[in-house]
Amino acid sequence: MNVEPANTAPLLEVRDLVKHFDISGGLLEQLTLQGGRMVRRRTLVRAINGVSLTIQPGETLSVVGESGCGKSTLARAVMGLYQPTAGQVRYGGERIDNLDSRAMMPFRRKMQMVFQDPYASLNPRMTVRQILEEPLRFHHPGHTEAEVRDKVAEVMRQVGVRPGWADNYPHEFSGGQRQRISIARALMVDPAFVVADEPIAALDVSIQAQILNLLMDAQDQRGLTYLFISHDLSVVRHISTRVAVMYLGCLCELAPADPLFEAPLHPYTQALLSAIPRLGGKASGHIRLTGDVPTPINLPPGCVFHGRCRQAAQRCREEVPALREHAPGRFVACHAVEEGRI
Amino acid sequence: MALLARLRESYLLHSFLRDPVAVGSFIVVVLLVTAGFLAPVLAPMNPYDPAQIDVMDSELAPAWIDQDSSFLLGTDSQGRDILSTILYGTRVSVLIGLGAVALQAALGIGIGLISGYAGGRVDAVLMRVADVQLSFSTYMVAIFLGAIFQATFGVGRYEQIAVPFLIAVIGLAEWPQYARTVRASVLAEKKKEYVEAARVIGLPSGRIMWRHILPNTMTPVMVISTVQVANAIMSEAALSFIGLGMPVTKPSLGSLIKSGFEYIFSGAWWITLFPGVVLVLLILTINLLGDWMRDFLNPKLYKS
Repeated sequence: MNVEPANTAPLLEVRDLVKHFDISGGLLEQLTLQGGRMVRRRTLVRAINGVSLTIQPGETLSVVGESGCGKSTLARAVMGLYQPTAGQVRYGGERIDNLDSRAMMPFRRKMQMVFQDPYASLNPRMTVRQILEEPLRFHHPGHTEAEVRDKVAEVMRQVGVRPGWADNYPHEFSGGQRQRISIARALMVDPAFVVADEPIAALDVSIQAQILNLLMDAQDQRGLTYLFISHDLSVVRHISTRVAVMYLGCLCELAPADPLFEAPLHPYTQALLSAIPRLGGKASGHIRLTGDVPTPINLPPGCVFHGRCRQAAQRCREEVPALREHAPGRFVACHAVEEGRI
Repeated sequence: MALLARLRESYLLHSFLRDPVAVGSFIVVVLLVTAGFLAPVLAPMNPYDPAQIDVMDSELAPAWIDQDSSFLLGTDSQGRDILSTILYGTRVSVLIGLGAVALQAALGIGIGLISGYAGGRVDAVLMRVADVQLSFSTYMVAIFLGAIFQATFGVGRYEQIAVPFLIAVIGLAEWPQYARTVRASVLAEKKKEYVEAARVIGLPSGRIMWRHILPNTMTPVMVISTVQVANAIMSEAALSFIGLGMPVTKPSLGSLIKSGFEYIFSGAWWITLFPGVVLVLLILTINLLGDWMRDFLNPKLYKS
């Protein structure tokens, strides 16, 4: 499982990605009086602030972090659902973040996505057959009726849903089955790269394992590459090749899964991992962070984590730390680690 | 066949059959509409054919009052059989009501979908247009256009194209109702993940709007459609009553009421009363059906 990222060409590359959302509303809501003058003021949510990472073919890169840290935004920006404010997304060396929908088409066949909520991600007015046939017919208009039917049956069998249920509507299935159908839809066009945005967060614990196994089986059979978004740390350790930790739209640490979980470097990763409940373990070693996550509207200067970090020094309050390779394959964005203070 | 079997087992039919008001309304609406459209077969005479009208028969009382009268509901001032004119008039009224709603729906659904899905400036412009449109009342628009139209083309020509004209006027005046309702539903639907999934597949916006979002916004559209049919029939009747709707030679229910209005105090009450009763019955039952449908489709009242 623990494969060191080889020095091959990355399948997907994210370069200095920035995504800001303008939530200031209409022109009238932007105008405020300041010192007797009308000032137009915009409110930006800085969801992602300069994230760079690469994903190697065949690996599972997990992105973890707490709610609102920008991990889902990252997933959607990679898929082209959000237009990045700045930065680049490259797939197989080609830049894809600035393509129009026609030029994007070949990449749509290679990149697919599995969504979080299986109750919202399937159109309630379409049968399972219609849902699964749509991507296939759209991308391969030349397929005959029989080929389409066979493909639907084959993929349904692969994800563990009886092909005989194809003419039922999504509301007739349980959450776990719906997520299987959602995965089947992503697999219909035989993609090479799948973004899974918290695919098990909305499921029962007993179903979570089944869906995880399904994702891992699909990876083995099809040689898939995953970008896996999650906040469930034990799941992430189980399935990931490498793990990226995000906090407030910034990448804190990026490292192979086992070293990261055994010896986290970044103070935030340390605190995050110390919060994993362990069977039979004592509550010792739990790092309790003080304060709240700052809002992404007013980002703190310097390192975004400095307000809650025990190691914060003057430099941390002023200078944004860059992501540097601390040990082979282990990237950390922390002044304290860089200076050897921890 | 499969559709019929599914309907028989559906909750829709079950709920419908358990509501006597809905069943009663449905029967009355179906009776009135079929009677209207079968008017050439059912009606004792053709009120559009001057050869069948005898002026000597004018203002005869209904059959149960005047034993000599051979007209069940009496005749109007021109000697036309009231029953026949009501049947033909119902057909005209229903036709205008359905036509106007079809036009409203086509315009309103299209504009609402684009407005909700595109958002931003497109949305702002389209919704301000809708606001402006709503600030003119239907009657004002219709009176204005009708007066211009009759003045330019003459009353004779107007009589020939009165039906499409009324459909266009009522349809154009009321589309914002649809546009606003559809836009609100689209705003709620487009945030759902199945729309993002469709975008990840790479489907063009038009197809996402039409095949994915629109079917999920149909519930409120069905409810306002029923109410709007009743409204359109009422608008047409009101316009006809003030003389800007259907001409007396091709009467709708509204113009029948108007044509008898002058004779009420001379004792010929039946000319106004019977078309009035039919109009009230038609609008009341359509509205009751709309009420039932709104309750049925409201998830908060579901199976209560």
